[in-house]
Amino acid sequence: MLTTILIIVGGFILLASILSIADNLLQIEAKKSGIDTAKENMSLFPRIGDLFKKKAPSFAKDNYHSLTKGHNIKLSGEAQGPVQDVHVNRFAIQPPNFRGIAPIPKMEVNIGDEVKAGDVLFHDKANPAIKYTSPVSGELVELNRGEKRSISEIVILADKEQKHKKFDVPSLEGDTVSANIKDTLMEAGLWPLINARPFDVIADPTVTPRDIFISGFNTAPLSPDMDIVVDGRMDEFQKGIDVLNHLTDGTVFLSLGVDNKGGVLASTNNAEIHWFSGPHPAGNVGVQIHHISPIKMKDVVWTLDVQDVISIGNLFKNGTVDLRRVVALTGASMNENKFVRTSAGANIGELVGDSITVDNYRIVAGNVLTGKETSTSKYLNISDNQITVLKEGDEHELFGWLLPVSPRPSVSGTFPNFLFPNFKFDPDTNTHGEKRAFVVTGEYERMLPMDIYPQHIMKAIMSNDYERMEGLGILELSEEDVALCEFACTSKQPLQSILRTGLDMMREQM
Amino acid sequence: MGLLDFWKRIEPDKKKSPFLHTAYDAFFTFMYSPKSVTKGGVHIRDGMDLKRTMVHVVIAMQLCYLFGTYNIGHQHFVAAGQYLGFLEGFHLKLAHGLIKLLPLFIWTNVVGLGIEFYFAAKRGHAVEEGFLVSGALIPLIMPPDLPIWILCVSVAFAVIIGKEAFGGTGMNIWNVALLARVFVFFAYPTTISGDTVWVSGFADAEGNMSLAPGAMADYGFWHNLCNTLFGWIGIDGFNAAKTAVVDGYSGATPLALAYAGGWEAVTEQYSAAQMWWGTIPGSVGETSKIFILLGAIFLIVTRVASWRIMVSMFLGAVAMSLLLNAWGATPFMTVPWYYQFWMGSFFFAMAFMATDPVTACSTNRGKWIYGFLIGFIGMIVRVMNPAYPEGWMLAILFLNTFSALIDHYVLEANISKRLSRA
Repeated sequence: MLTTILIIVGGFILLASILSIADNLLQIEAKKSGIDTAKENMSLFPRIGDLFKKKAPSFAKDNYHSLTKGHNIKLSGEAQGPVQDVHVNRFAIQPPNFRGIAPIPKMEVNIGDEVKAGDVLFHDKANPAIKYTSPVSGELVELNRGEKRSISEIVILADKEQKHKKFDVPSLEGDTVSANIKDTLMEAGLWPLINARPFDVIADPTVTPRDIFISGFNTAPLSPDMDIVVDGRMDEFQKGIDVLNHLTDGTVFLSLGVDNKGGVLASTNNAEIHWFSGPHPAGNVGVQIHHISPIKMKDVVWTLDVQDVISIGNLFKNGTVDLRRVVALTGASMNENKFVRTSAGANIGELVGDSITVDNYRIVAGNVLTGKETSTSKYLNISDNQITVLKEGDEHELFGWLLPVSPRPSVSGTFPNFLFPNFKFDPDTNTHGEKRAFVVTGEYERMLPMDIYPQHIMKAIMSNDYERMEGLGILELSEEDVALCEFACTSKQPLQSILRTGLDMMREQM
Repeated sequence: MGLLDFWKRIEPDKKKSPFLHTAYDAFFTFMYSPKSVTKGGVHIRDGMDLKRTMVHVVIAMQLCYLFGTYNIGHQHFVAAGQYLGFLEGFHLKLAHGLIKLLPLFIWTNVVGLGIEFYFAAKRGHAVEEGFLVSGALIPLIMPPDLPIWILCVSVAFAVIIGKEAFGGTGMNIWNVALLARVFVFFAYPTTISGDTVWVSGFADAEGNMSLAPGAMADYGFWHNLCNTLFGWIGIDGFNAAKTAVVDGYSGATPLALAYAGGWEAVTEQYSAAQMWWGTIPGSVGETSKIFILLGAIFLIVTRVASWRIMVSMFLGAVAMSLLLNAWGATPFMTVPWYYQFWMGSFFFAMAFMATDPVTACSTNRGKWIYGFLIGFIGMIVRVMNPAYPEGWMLAILFLNTFSALIDHYVLEANISKRLSRA
């Protein structure tokens, strides 16, 4: 009995070692002939991942990424219908929107001055070449200050008839085209629309990025459909892509969702299109970078929103600054959820009007995961394309932790939510529990489709362990990527703010 | 809202009596979920919190509690050769089970929660929910006749040294419930090992616990109270004079039998059905494989416990049993690998002990390794340890110690993979 077993085991070991040596030799040969073994499977065996991978749809061909981790939070109050033009009187540019500029910028205009759309309002003291311009024409009426006399809002009363400053646009030919484009963008105030990773800050004009990434679809809760946002502005978008191509030696990547075959953006030329399927956060550009071409040590990549690319394209097509945005008014606490067309910095109260139906509410500029709390007297941030209105949840709930009365979104299997996959929730802002130490494990990993251990990064940040933070990939993350983890967190930890602390610490070190 | 107003009115002053306030806060948040709202970061939060996580583990144990209560009584009467059928003397078995189990449960929680409240008040934070699960687990893994003072000492040791010394819930290195058990195991070994401790309620002439033939049933105040009640209804009561351990009864667990004589020795005394349903001597909650597995499935479906640890622990145990089968040096080693799962507390350790998220590995890859090694090492201890034929407690505590190391290497692999991209 024993000998037979030993012989069988020995045979297996022999066979396994022959196979594994052969496999290794194949890999070595493949590497010698310059094949990237991380992408092409040169092994004798199929990869476990490949066996379970979904087949790429026919239109996606090569650049297909199927993500399984994450979660779509289904909420009611989705914006509907055609885009409506609304008239807004007051707009504001908010210096704190721009991450990385000095808190007290140098003003170039005064209260009472008339400005045109595209006229310079202020510049960053640390980087005077980067100008910040007005999104609309009108009269500068207020200069609101925040903590330590920093400037928080520059308010402009918009003209009925918008006047645009005309810019001389360089041709896209010649040796100095890249420098010319940068100068034009900085002069017209569109440079701050370009974000740089790592750290998710305003791009440094002296740097040539490795690649430029644009996410062409939204997956965040109640976020607007990109087809509606781009509708009728495809020419400008294409122009913007063409311009961006001159700013990098690498590639301009455009990521699209497979759900509607990419929509109108699928016809984009001059950019490498990658296809993604999967739940939120598949639409986050950070997740897409991780799967297309991850940020390595000392790499810098730039990211832009689709609406920002359109603004850049418009500048080079028409010579004007046009920061018009399609904004989705969402949330079940409004009586009408619609799309409106306005400019960046529009007054929230004027946009929302009297459509809020509950007494105790919270207005969020952005989506419920990454947006900022705001109010009717405040203004849209520079990159917002969404306003969400939520019920405040400042009430006690009897045995709420055990037997919740109202349905609430959750990724946990302890709620019957998985029985109703299409139910749309109307959540409130209650925390549903108190903050605790990290106890549950594996929860964040399930929410983040990246080869990253978020919980361990958080712990490294809390213990100021720079080496470990960097090693575990903090530079690949931005707040929006861990927002879903923060939503799901059983211990109610503030992951986004912990991550930002860590990123700021890293940035100071560089 | 009248109830809420009442609660608000009786809130003690935080400065004057911090302990009272902590206790009040613990009970208040137990009744009412807090009205705190999100601030900065995300605006909506998942409905899941730590209380809900913990209470689902406790829910998963409820079948074990029910069956454990019954089985304490059942084993008592089997030793006396009475009421051998499942339903015969059902009320007596339940009553005896409750009389044995309730003190274990109450004292565990009085001591454990008392210490938790004290430390929470001292540190000025809310009472965290960790002991909800520990306090439910500890009674299930103790022998039914364990003296209460030993239980209290072990719980105090586990909570103070094992948990609070490290900073409280979420910070401990070793599983608190197992630490309590291992304390009893090493400090008072005679109360938790051997053939005679798993069946409760008998004493010899000197009044010491005993399972020697002829030892008489040791009934006390609560039994008499039950007798009075049963007398009113007109059903059988406890009869100490007629209840004595029958000749030839050993009280040996299947594992003890297997250690001595292999699988044949086990089947002579116990049937497969008995072992699966759990009508065998053992710790309170660990005998019924079927009810434990139902709990395990509940934990996996609700994603409260890690299926990776459960599966890999099973695989590890299978692998080691196969190796031991191949070796076959002692009767216990020749027990076929699948019968190893018929006996002992493997499933209880797998479902409720190894999956404790705080003391297990925190990376998914680490969980596979961690679970596998528990299964692998636990089986070695079970089969080869001459003093005590069961190994999960020691294997889990051993791997608890090394879980941070396993995680460290998993993370290092991630780091070097990231570096190799550059």
